[in-house]
Formats: sequence, structure tokens, C-alpha cells
Amino acid sequence: MTAPSVLAAALERQPPPAGGFNPAIVRLEVRRLLRNRRTMMLALVLPVLFFWGFGLNNSYVHQRAGHGNVSAVEMISIALYGAVSATAACGAMVSIERVAGWSRQLRVTPLSPAAYVVIKMLTSLVLAAGAVAAVYLVGAVTNKVSMPAGLWVITGLCVWTGSLLFAAFGLFAGYLLPTENVAQVLTLVLVLCSFAGGLFIPFSQFSPDLQTFARFTPLYGLSQLVHDPLAGGTVQWTWILNLAVWLAIFVTGAVWSLRRDTARV
Amino acid sequence: MTVPMARDYAEAAVLAGRRDGAGLPLAVDLRDVHKSFGSVQAVRGVALAVGAGEVMAFLGPNGAGKTSTIDMILGLSRPDAGAVEVYGMTPRQAVRKGLVAAVMQTGGLLKDLTVAETVEYTARLFAVSRPVAEVLERAGITAIAGRRVGKCSGGEQQRLRFAMALIPDPELLILDEPTQGMDVEGRRGFWTAIREDAARGRTIIFATHYLEEADAYAGRIVLIAKGQIVADGTAAQVKGLASGRIIRATWPGADETALRAIPGADGVEVRGDTVLIHCGDSGSDAVARRLLTQTPARDLEITARGLEDAFIALTGDGAAGRSGRNQAAT
Repeated sequence: MTAPSVLAAALERQPPPAGGFNPAIVRLEVRRLLRNRRTMMLALVLPVLFFWGFGLNNSYVHQRAGHGNVSAVEMISIALYGAVSATAACGAMVSIERVAGWSRQLRVTPLSPAAYVVIKMLTSLVLAAGAVAAVYLVGAVTNKVSMPAGLWVITGLCVWTGSLLFAAFGLFAGYLLPTENVAQVLTLVLVLCSFAGGLFIPFSQFSPDLQTFARFTPLYGLSQLVHDPLAGGTVQWTWILNLAVWLAIFVTGAVWSLRRDTARV
Repeated sequence: MTVPMARDYAEAAVLAGRRDGAGLPLAVDLRDVHKSFGSVQAVRGVALAVGAGEVMAFLGPNGAGKTSTIDMILGLSRPDAGAVEVYGMTPRQAVRKGLVAAVMQTGGLLKDLTVAETVEYTARLFAVSRPVAEVLERAGITAIAGRRVGKCSGGEQQRLRFAMALIPDPELLILDEPTQGMDVEGRRGFWTAIREDAARGRTIIFATHYLEEADAYAGRIVLIAKGQIVADGTAAQVKGLASGRIIRATWPGADETALRAIPGADGVEVRGDTVLIHCGDSGSDAVARRLLTQTPARDLEITARGLEDAFIALTGDGAAGRSGRNQAAT
């Protein structure tokens, strides 16, 4: 029989603050991530190889572009591709957790779904930082990128924070799709969006029809915005509108699929 | 009546925050709980009060509604009707305060974390927790703390789940089929750890379909079948129920008084044209002979040696204990 005083004391316990959010969990999540070779390949190694292939060793890379050269444009593009690959892959890890019953296990703890999403977002930001840093580091050591020092920092930060858009997308896909398909679907969607957003081939080289179509795709607005500090043009409201609409779509989708998943036993 | 042990709390179901005889809040208080999944009625009017410090086994065949009931106690799902309280609060509130923890049947682990990391992860989610090293020790997995979860055996994973459940130092520990798929040695080791823990006074509810487990570790056994509680009592009472035999026969317009007068008939139930007679292992032959030779009863069936057979017989043809009783009354 439990001593009444022990039980009385236990009943006075308080739930943890912030829905159970704890930075130590982000640390453990990052450690998990580092053990996942596939994610590391997609987010860190592949973008560096792309950058090496497209952005550094072509004849036109030294041509001037905005405040820098073409290599700088390519570096930002590939860093954005790497960062969104990283955040999307992190978000989609919920798919594995769902199948493993981990999400269900977490529901028998004080952790709130909102705190969990924040943990996932921060974890994906850590990996995205790695992806941006890897590409920028290669850009720096090969000495082919020309861009004012301040712009390295500004564009890097823009790419990094902007990549959160695809963390929401990854969560959405992770809760919605079966585990066996989620990686393929994600990679396909990301590559198509990256093409349409002008990350692999400059947007200006698209045919007029393709340009019109591409303006409605998820990476268009973000890509234009993160390149703008280097390009030096005026920020257009259509870029912001594109980003805002897709952010709303992905966040709504993630919240909806999370709720749907929570309701299920 | 063949199932006299079933408790019925329906009349006391109005007030929340009920207490046990000693004035302590009930650990679990289920009042007329119903839960369906599509057209399947998984839980059909379960009433259950578990006092602080009880060790209760939730016994029943697969698909009886054990897991569905446990999910509601843990706040993983909500009843369609009825009320579920844990220490006088909603299940979710109790979970958030770390008052209740569970060892799930399967899953719930990440393969790419180590044993110690998994426990640490869990510890960080609660406001107050026991030290990681301490729960590893109590679950008997200190030696494999650095091992990846994916490389642990089924028994080791189950001990890990147990360690995770100990982290918040819960007042109520729920184990859902905790030894499912474990070998004999793993099962014994697991129960040794649980028994040591129970000695500290924690309230424990475990679901199982092994009678031996319920008998060895629980002070109280609640039998569930087809979503209803069909018996509730001590291990000895429930074993007594299981040791008997059930004679089922067809006898339209059966004379209940005459049936009760048959020597060796411990309990008699009339359901329409069917009569059920509960008798001891040695008395069934005499009762059957009497039925066939001196009454119009026909189509005799003598069943039930194991517990599982017992409650299938008790709840046969979709008529579980209570509805059977109701039918008999109308």
C-alpha cells in the first residue's frame, strides 16, 4: 500500500514547463541525425558535389553577377538546395518514428505536440546549418567565389532560416506518407522544386511559359529572396507572396496531418 | 448466476474524484466506458475502480478489449461514452504530472539511439525524474547501457521500456502484455524486476493472457471478454471459476428450479432455449447423465478446462456476463 503522504506529495507534482520542451532533447535528436548516413549524404555530401560540378568548374563562373560573380550565385543556390534537403529530411523522420511507435510512446509523456514540432524544427535547423556551412566552406577554400564579406553572412543566414519552409513540408509528408515512399517522394519533389526555383539552371534561361509556371512553385519566392542581397535588385511582393502562401500551405498541412495522427490510436 | 464476482459501480458513477476506503483517490476509475472502432465494439460498458497500491492483472483472450481499455486509461484514446479518471484527473493530466507510465506491448523505441540515450531522452521530458543510472540498474540493463536499441533482444527491449516507465517514478505503472514474445528466461527475469518494484508500493495494472502470470504476480484479477468485465476477484476466486466445467444444453422452457436441484450443479443460467450449468470437474458426468436421462435437455456440450475456455463458455454466442443476466431477468 502506498503511504498516503507519498501519494499526496505525488499528486501535487506539476507538469514540465513549455510542454516538455528541453534543449537536451534537441542535442539527442542531432546525435541521432549524425548516425543516419542517408540523411547526411543527402544534406551535406550531395550539395557539395553539385557545387563542385556546376558552380566552380565552368568557364562562365568568373563572370560578374550583381555584387559578386556567378560562382557566388551558384553557391547560394546549392546551399539553399542542401538546406531544404536537410530540413525536409529531418521533418520526414517523423514517418520512421510513427511506424516505430515512438510518436505513440511520446504521447504517454508530458511532451506536447507543439513542443515536439519545435524540437523537430530546431533539429532540422542544426542540420541545415551544416549543409549551408559545408557548401560555403567549399566556396571559401576553392577561392573562386567572389562576393563582399558581409554578403557571405547575410545570404548564408537567409538561406539557413528560409530552409525552415521545408521542415514544415517534411513534417507534412512524414505524417502523411508511408515510410517506404517518403524518402523517394521527398527527393523527387525537392529536385523538381529546385529546378523550377532556378537553383540548378538560372531562372532567366527558362522559356517564358516555364517562367510563368515556375513562379507558382514553392522554391521560387525563397530562391529569389535569398539571392536578392547579392543580385542587388528590388524585392518584389510576388516573391514574398509566393513564400507566404507556400509556408501557410505547408504549416497547415503539417498541423492537419499531426492532428490526424494524434487522433489515431 | 455463474459470475457473481463482477462488480458493478454504475450506481456510484455520478461523482468524480472518488476515493477508496482509506480516503485516497482511486488510481483508476472507469465508469460505464464504451469504445468502438467502426462497427467493432471493443469496450462495452466497463466499470472498474482500482485503489492505490493494488497490483491488478487484466486478463483476457486476444481482442477482448484489454489494450483498448488501457489506451483510454493512458489518454491515448477517448471513450465514446462513460468516464475515465486517473487519480481524480483526466488521464492526460495524470500523464503530464508523471503520475502514470506504461510499458507498451511492442514498438515505442528508436533503433538509432542507445539504451542509455533512450532513457535520458525520456527523463528530459518530465519535470521530475529518477536518475538514469538508477532506473537502468533497477531494470537490470546497466550492462547494455551503451548498446544500440536495434541490437537489443526482445527481452532487453522490454526491460528498456520498463526503465523508461520508471523514469518519472509513477504512482501507477501500466504494463500491456509485457512478456509477449519473450522466452521463458526473459519472462522470468522481467517479472523479477517487476516484483521487486511492486514491493515498493506502486500501483500496477498489467494486461496478460497468461493465467500463470496473473496468478503469480497479481493480488486481483479482472477478467475481460468481448469488451466486458466478466469476473473480478482474487486469483483464487478466478482460478476456481476456471477449474470448473460448463455444460451447455438445449432445453426449451427449461425448469430452472429443477435444474438447481440437480446434485453437482453449482450454478445455473437459462438463456432462452439454452441452459448453462456450472459444475466441478468431478461432478459434470453425473449432471450430464441426469440431464440426458431424466429431462428433455438435448445437444449437450461439456467445455472449459482452461481459463480461456472458461470465459468463452461464460460469454458464448455474444451474450457476455451482464447481458446474459439481463436476458435471464426479462
